[in-house]
Amino acid sequence: MKFDLFSKRAAQEPVNTVKEPTETLVCPACKNTYTKDVLRHSLFVCPACGAYIRISARERIALLADQDTFTELNADLTSVDFLSFPGYQEKLTKAKETTGENSAVITGTIKLGGIPCAIYVLDSRFIMASMGSAVGEKITRLFEYATQHHLPVIGIPCSGGARMQEGIVSLMQMAKCSGAVRKHSDAGLLYMVLLTDPTTGGITASIAMEGDITLAEPKALVGFAGRRVIEQTTGADLPPDFQTAEFLLKHGFVDLVLPREKQRDTMTLILRQHQKEALS
Amino acid sequence: MTAYEKLKTVRAAGRPTGSDFVNALFTDRVSLCGDRRYAEDSSILGGIGYLGKQAVTYIAIDKGHTLDERLQKHFGCPMPEGYRKALRLMKQAEKFGRPVICLVDTLGAFCGADGEERGQGQAIAENLVEMMGLKTPIISLVIGEGGSGGALALAVADRVCMLENAVYSVISPDGCASIIWKDAAKAQEAADCLHITAQDMVNFGVAENIIPEDFTNFENMCGNLKELLCSHLRELCTLSSSDLLAQRYQRFRRIGIYEENGRTIK
Repeated sequence: MKFDLFSKRAAQEPVNTVKEPTETLVCPACKNTYTKDVLRHSLFVCPACGAYIRISARERIALLADQDTFTELNADLTSVDFLSFPGYQEKLTKAKETTGENSAVITGTIKLGGIPCAIYVLDSRFIMASMGSAVGEKITRLFEYATQHHLPVIGIPCSGGARMQEGIVSLMQMAKCSGAVRKHSDAGLLYMVLLTDPTTGGITASIAMEGDITLAEPKALVGFAGRRVIEQTTGADLPPDFQTAEFLLKHGFVDLVLPREKQRDTMTLILRQHQKEALS
Repeated sequence: MTAYEKLKTVRAAGRPTGSDFVNALFTDRVSLCGDRRYAEDSSILGGIGYLGKQAVTYIAIDKGHTLDERLQKHFGCPMPEGYRKALRLMKQAEKFGRPVICLVDTLGAFCGADGEERGQGQAIAENLVEMMGLKTPIISLVIGEGGSGGALALAVADRVCMLENAVYSVISPDGCASIIWKDAAKAQEAADCLHITAQDMVNFGVAENIIPEDFTNFENMCGNLKELLCSHLRELCTLSSSDLLAQRYQRFRRIGIYEENGRTIK
């Protein structure tokens, strides 16, 4: 049963919107090069060494969602350099060019195992998926939409933290999103988080740690303060597994470390367990 | 004063700390300790006291005065257990219908291996979610440095007041300078770029009031502060809990500057 997923995927046309099918990716661990098609079939797990390769938000949605069920929300929303912060406008322009996206988060609705849900996925290629006003507004609107339409939310964070180029306004996005998460939760709806590599700073200190159920990809880096900062300020000798998904599991902050090939099935099961079925 | 001078001012030794403000603002106090989960974190003081005639729960980050105190309080950088204690006291305040007054003065949440092991990020996140739903008025007062998520974890409030020279920032200007320019010495420039002053906070809708500082006449200054807090509480206490929470939600909901369909939205 476990491999049905692979055969089904292999038989499908590519379901993402990546324009160049011959695009290649290098495994960050073993440095082998693959075409995207090869990696898509292995769910972006390196066929040679098993390392998890970081994937774009759209690619992630294509891997997870039932085919052709993704409807994007608030796609047009984008950032403004309202503080005239040095280098920010250039960073934004470059991020938009290299990713083809308007912001560091993609939001919308999908079906997973036939169950409708709302989803946000952060994209680390876009200024390290840091959270400024555009990301904060899109995530807030997604939770509001999900609350209004009685949908569970799947959140797939990865982030360098708050977007400092937007100053205090970016910090406030943490509170704003948390408010929307709270309302969604008060409506009795499920918020399931899948932590991916790397999730740090203000995202860890807000939406990434606010789920009813918290899953994590193997070896994903998840933490609040950066490893180097901790080493420099405290002189501590940190264990090799420090701030990994497995470290969080050990310390009680993650429910389950979930390999990529099991994500669809397990997340579908969790969604099903939270469906409010009519009693007959 | 420039933003950086303000930062230096609030970090200077000799400036009144959280405990000084607690002593000056609240009478007949009982201090309450511990998070009931792991430990007591003395970098956050908590307790019940009176603001005028009103019983309140106070929660104050305290940097300490002497070196011993400062070491014990890790220079006012709270551990996860500090935030969990704060949340425990807030829930208690909600149960008994007491308003919550938070005093914020921190470089940021403690940055260390033990903090990470005990879920620093999760502790802050939980406070944000819980404060968004806490059915009792919350007022936060930034008395010195409002450092990032470690400050926000005590500032998801109905009103935020800033002392005249207090600063509030997404990242310390030093940290920002070392990331952007790979040079912590450019903190001065970073402080300007980040817009961290009390006036900036009012401009962005992050804070409602700026309180003039006069530490030569600390009691008098705190007297004015008490009046301000009481007038906010008088307003907030007339609201039903659903109106209170709706207003708190909107207070943060409207913060954000972005572009949509070619239009800049503030």
